[in-house]
Amino acid sequence: MWRWVRQQLGFDPPHQSDTRTIYIANRFPQNGLYTPQKFIDNRIISSKYTVWNFVPKNLFEQFRRVANFYFLIIFLVQLMIDTPTSPITSGLPLFFVITVTAIKQGYEDWLRHNSDNEVNGAPVYVVRSGGLVKTRSKNIRVGDIVRIAKDEIFPADLVLLSSDRLDGSCHVTTASLDGETNLKTHVAVPETAVLQTVASLDTLVAVIECQQPEADLYRFMGRMIITQQMEEIVRPLGPESLLLRGARLKNTKEIFGVAIYTGMETKMALNYKSKSQKRSAVEKSMNTFLIIYLIILISEAIISTILKYTWQAEEKWDEPWYNQKTEHQRNSSKILRFISDFLAFLVLYNFIIPISLYVTVEMQKFLGSFFIGWDLDLYHEESDQKAQVNTSDLNEELGQVEYVFTDKTGTLTENEMQFRECSINGIKYQEINGRLVSEGPTPDSSDGNLSYLNSLSHLNNLSHLTTSSSFRTSPENETELIKEHDLFFKAVSLCHTVQISNVQTDGIGDGPWQSNLAPSQLEYYASSPDEKALVEAAARIGIVFIGNSEETMEVKTLGKLERYKLLHILEFDSDRRRMSVIVQAPSGEKFLFAKGAESSILPNCVGGEIEKTRIHVDEFALKGLRTLCMAYKQLTSKEYEEIDRRLFEARTALQQREEKLADVFQFIEKNLILLGATAVEDRLQDRVRETIEGLRMAGIKVWVLTGDKHETAVSVSLSCGHFHRTMNILELINQKSDSQCAEQLRQLARRIKEDHVIQHGLVVDGTSLSLALREHEKLFMEVCRNCSAVLCCRMAPLQKAKVIRLIKISPEKPITLAVGDGANDVSMIQEAHVGIGIMGKEGRQAARNSDYAIARFKFLSKLLFVHGHFYYIRIATLVQYFFYKNVCFITPQFLYQFYCLFSQQTLYDSVYLTLYNICFTSLPILIYSLLEQHIDPHVLQSKPTLYRDISKNRQLSIKTFLYWTILGFSHAFIFFFGSYFLIGKDISLLGNGQLLKPNHQMMFGNWTFGTLVFTVMVITVTVKMALETHFWTWINHLVTWGSIIFYFVFSLFYGGILWPFLGSQNMYFVFIQLLSSGSAWFAIILMVVTCLLLDIVKKVFERQLHPTNTEKAQLIKANSSIKCLDSMCCFSEGETACASVGRMLERVVGRCSPTHVSRCW
Amino acid sequence: MIRVRPPLPSPFYPPPLSPPLVPQSSPSFLSPSLWRPQPTPASGRRQSAEGCPASSALQRRWRRRRRLRVFCQGQQAGPLGGPPALRGAAPWGSMAMNYNAKDEVDGGPPCAPGGTAKNRRPDNTAFKQQRLPAWQPILTAGTVLPTFFIIGLIFIPIGIGIFVTSNNIREIEIDYTGTDPSSPCNKCLSPNVTPCICTINFTLEQSFEGNVFMYYGLSNFYQNHRRYVKSRDDSQLNGDASALLNPSKECEPYRRNEDKPIAPCGAIANSMFNDTLELFLVGNESHPTPIPLKKKGIAWWTDKNVKFRNPPGGESLEERFKDTTKPVNWVKPVYMLDSEPDNNGFINEDFIVWMRTAALPTFRKLYRLIERKSDLHPTLPAGRYYLNITYNYPVHSFDGRKRMILSTISWMGGKNPFLGIAYITIGSISFLLGVVLLVINHKYRNSSNTADITI
Repeated sequence: MWRWVRQQLGFDPPHQSDTRTIYIANRFPQNGLYTPQKFIDNRIISSKYTVWNFVPKNLFEQFRRVANFYFLIIFLVQLMIDTPTSPITSGLPLFFVITVTAIKQGYEDWLRHNSDNEVNGAPVYVVRSGGLVKTRSKNIRVGDIVRIAKDEIFPADLVLLSSDRLDGSCHVTTASLDGETNLKTHVAVPETAVLQTVASLDTLVAVIECQQPEADLYRFMGRMIITQQMEEIVRPLGPESLLLRGARLKNTKEIFGVAIYTGMETKMALNYKSKSQKRSAVEKSMNTFLIIYLIILISEAIISTILKYTWQAEEKWDEPWYNQKTEHQRNSSKILRFISDFLAFLVLYNFIIPISLYVTVEMQKFLGSFFIGWDLDLYHEESDQKAQVNTSDLNEELGQVEYVFTDKTGTLTENEMQFRECSINGIKYQEINGRLVSEGPTPDSSDGNLSYLNSLSHLNNLSHLTTSSSFRTSPENETELIKEHDLFFKAVSLCHTVQISNVQTDGIGDGPWQSNLAPSQLEYYASSPDEKALVEAAARIGIVFIGNSEETMEVKTLGKLERYKLLHILEFDSDRRRMSVIVQAPSGEKFLFAKGAESSILPNCVGGEIEKTRIHVDEFALKGLRTLCMAYKQLTSKEYEEIDRRLFEARTALQQREEKLADVFQFIEKNLILLGATAVEDRLQDRVRETIEGLRMAGIKVWVLTGDKHETAVSVSLSCGHFHRTMNILELINQKSDSQCAEQLRQLARRIKEDHVIQHGLVVDGTSLSLALREHEKLFMEVCRNCSAVLCCRMAPLQKAKVIRLIKISPEKPITLAVGDGANDVSMIQEAHVGIGIMGKEGRQAARNSDYAIARFKFLSKLLFVHGHFYYIRIATLVQYFFYKNVCFITPQFLYQFYCLFSQQTLYDSVYLTLYNICFTSLPILIYSLLEQHIDPHVLQSKPTLYRDISKNRQLSIKTFLYWTILGFSHAFIFFFGSYFLIGKDISLLGNGQLLKPNHQMMFGNWTFGTLVFTVMVITVTVKMALETHFWTWINHLVTWGSIIFYFVFSLFYGGILWPFLGSQNMYFVFIQLLSSGSAWFAIILMVVTCLLLDIVKKVFERQLHPTNTEKAQLIKANSSIKCLDSMCCFSEGETACASVGRMLERVVGRCSPTHVSRCW
Repeated sequence: MIRVRPPLPSPFYPPPLSPPLVPQSSPSFLSPSLWRPQPTPASGRRQSAEGCPASSALQRRWRRRRRLRVFCQGQQAGPLGGPPALRGAAPWGSMAMNYNAKDEVDGGPPCAPGGTAKNRRPDNTAFKQQRLPAWQPILTAGTVLPTFFIIGLIFIPIGIGIFVTSNNIREIEIDYTGTDPSSPCNKCLSPNVTPCICTINFTLEQSFEGNVFMYYGLSNFYQNHRRYVKSRDDSQLNGDASALLNPSKECEPYRRNEDKPIAPCGAIANSMFNDTLELFLVGNESHPTPIPLKKKGIAWWTDKNVKFRNPPGGESLEERFKDTTKPVNWVKPVYMLDSEPDNNGFINEDFIVWMRTAALPTFRKLYRLIERKSDLHPTLPAGRYYLNITYNYPVHSFDGRKRMILSTISWMGGKNPFLGIAYITIGSISFLLGVVLLVINHKYRNSSNTADITI
């Protein structure tokens, strides 16, 4: 699939075969029959453009956006036909937007070029013609042998040939690929591992056959055919011998590897695919509004065109003697004229859809998202993590969430595992201060109980081995018990993939460990925190895992070193839910140790205290502990040989390797003898209960989706407040068949109906869920909707995404949010409307694929209730206001057509037309949409119910949209007809008197009329914004009043000069003349007040009669806020250059006393 | 005098935080102690937390990375003498299909373990924490009430004032189109009678005090038609020599006549109002007194002196306009509009007034001033007058009307009762709303003041 896509995109030529054959060091067979496959070079191209194609390609990409294309069309129409406004009016803003975007993208691409060059030009050492040649990274070809030194990053996907260690192993960290910080061991094929020098590598003749590149980081299949002494040795190659580009070599001095995937075919490059774009609900409703406005626009244009032709039917209006047409105009075809008239009206009214809307919305989102990252409340001190915004497009969606899907481990819990209890051979123990204490009734007598303690205490005090032996009371019993414990903990300390970070070994090398190394000095690394906790616990008990080298694992039991030969690791996978190791004890016996979920181990057990252990496991799970079962079996050499053979076959298979491996694993891991179970505690994160409580109060439904087992999940749900004690918990688990599941669902639905007084909680497990989803989606959704808490356990990653998809497409189309921390949550994070990654211990994959990443679950409440709420209010007002102000802007223009014979005469000067959205009215709304806080953030956070006030996109409902639109129209009518009656009615002169020269009188023309309307409009629209603002910082004051002042200053300046490059001087002194007339001032004041009176009355009455919760909450803080004048003058120092002005002001006014300031924060 | 403010112990500026100590025994994978103490390549600094896809942020990050790399270079003495690891280190991290800083995540250890602890703690500033001091007004009935009353109390007197002033303005309007057969000007409707002079009698019931303004008014005349509005050449009118001989294309079809450029070109100029109005007071005697009509001072000063200019060169005005022809409809060329040289050519004030296109199809334009002669006598005493019209301007074809208006002015302008009425109306409404709000506020006080939040 990916290849198909890539081929479509033209990245690589179609591959002829499914495998690629690589001749190491490019030593092709000498017979010459072979035509080498062609591979791309190791050049990484992340840049989009080159110098040559930048302009066309960038322009093409920009105009693919509908909005830009619309404005381009308008611009082209203006160029082609005789339109009322000059092409500059729409061309200039378009040019500005396009240029700014192009510059930004060009700059980013330049950075990419730079980083590409740096990457491609980085020096690497390649073995060529018998020596080490220094070359550039981009010159690496497939088949080259590359030498990598310690702490370097691999420049291509390499197959490990040899390292400086004898066993050919090396350690790498793939933190930059998948975020896993543990060290991973990679091993070379034994035949090549001995080739540790350049000279010996030069003699290697080998061919690698492997699959074509694919994006999955963890899958690699291939084989190496080594020709040694004229015979061919075939060795399987798996992920363990593949070193990925981007990973870093650790703990190993140097390695040699052969490049197999280069450049854009490396797994790292293949993994950087662009994410699918998520769109927020606000954006969607914005698009609806846009369409409505487009309809308004087109219908206005059609009405105007039709009316124009009705008027023109009579010649006295069409062509009076004083206003003759040119020959050309008379002779042009009627249809053409009609179309061009329609387009001209379209151009005249096109400002109703402002180009600046997009720019402002993008700026708001982009700049606004910084506040999330800056928020100290979202900063986690311990891990030094602040919130991270990966996409700013969804800020407002945070205020719309209706469903929260959360992972449990690492999200609700710390993912910091602590070994708590274990059950060995049917007896439960607790770990207290590094000792095992048995708990509950034991089958043994009390003296036996005592002996455990003694035995265990001596296990713990390793240095007192001799003294402890003196405590032995009953040697037979003792050895028996020790043997069981011993086996159990040996299983624990052998069956894992934990790595050891050698804190101080580099000087010593990776040789054998000194026996006096205390366990506390060891640092374990594990991809799974459970394993780490278990190994650490075993070390505390006394069985210390101290390292694995050269296929052996070393375990120090009671101070003495034992070496186990590690024969095979049957890796963990989520389908099997277990892992196993096969080791050879020093005595030569071969053991298989298995560890896994109880559901996958117990059915395969034939011996041991299965029933008791099962009870214990359930008890552990009830306490919210994570359980794992340990089992073992001894292998006879005959058994082992078969296992070995079948494993080898499966591992070297080129086709269907996974299936074959699974079969073999299933074959091996059976007939086990149960050793016991472990219980690990995963501590709940801070304030999880409060957060979930808050979410619920906010009307958000919380679903916990976890892979854990039912009992664990339920107990964690209870402890984290997801389930209440008072809640009626319904269960839909262990459903085996379709009909049974349906029956159960119906029954649950009935129960919910019967008593809807108490709250219901629902527990579903993975299998039942898949049954329920397959046939009875509707019924299941019905049940779920009536449950206030849902818990899904035993979920596979894809199932999580499926559940979210189901909720997403349900009739109400709720907005979903998914929180998770691990790679298994990625699919759900990407599926949900908003994906939140927790920057936890399980790597960064979730955080990287998320839209927002936070350090702790509790930050969710601030993120949603405060940031989400603010952003939603901000963007909702922004969008509405933008449409409002453009209705105000264009409607007078439309009305004017009725008075000028629909001749498309503009009411405003074209400079005003151009600058209205760019300069005069843009800043207040932008600043508002960045700074507005209609309620105190603390109130928002402490009263999550306020979140309900904005649910369901309420601020952008058709009702509010209509309100704003009607408001815009009525204001426009007031502007136009106000001016018309007050000034223009019957007389083309306005106040004959002037303030400066009474007894003088002036004639005012159409431009003055337009300027008057425009002035009233700019003031009204700006003050309307001021009315919406609840949070007046000095910046708001600056831009609000500054905008009005700027308009006046600009108009004075613009009208004060005869502009040499302008064709017409329509505006010369018009504004000044207007302002020098007394009645103009009276008219302006009257109209502004009238417009705003409407709005204020509506606001006040609504608040008085039907206050929303938000409005009530606003009153709480109202009395403690600061005064208007203070807000203008007191701001913190060092914020801006205005600080000095502020200090000066402060001295002058004497207001901003320290007490004032301290009251501000 | 400059006074230095003492540093305030504000909660806003906490003392500089000591870098958070990471306990050596911490099992956290972030702990530097996990890593070998060697200095390791640069890009170890985790930069992933700043994930805003921003050019500015990118730039910042870029710089920081460079700086860090330099910083680490001193410590990085390539242990193998091979390729300096740092050359490879930083760039690989930044390789990405979509250049994005979050891809720079790199598990590498910090630059110097235990040294300068990396700290991504956001700055605690009022701006970044959205805690700027702010005035938070809330529109409640209580807060808005005074405003309503104040608006009412201010607007009503203003409105009354304006209304009274407006009513004191004397104005008389005389339609002389002549469509009515009984009208003296009826004869002039036929184009055959040239020149046609007609006389209309009227009586002023009250005397006009102060300066009196004489207008002509036209109806149904679309001076605001787009084709008409743009049919002019401002550079020609500004005296530009080249534009004089080569007028703008906008002037079509009034651009050239008989191969000569028209000056002034365009439809506006071509259709200039050309009736002549004369006013006579019919006193008691048989000899009527002509009222002196002043024709200067009716245009904007800036128009007359800056925007409109006669073309340069030449001794006489006629010479300056040579090689041009008069507009088609004009009888006389532009340099013969008036006898006075400072009111002739493009700077003729009648012409300038006409050139300022009206906003609406019914408009009036200032024609003449009648200046007050002395304080004792009214400018136009009550009595019988007659208006002598040289009827040239045809409006019949488009159902137009022609009027003559005499009006006085006040401090706030001409006669316009609407402004006063509007002020009174809005003021009253506002006052009324104030009262309503007062009642509501009183009635609902209890319910609105409690900040109960219902779900």
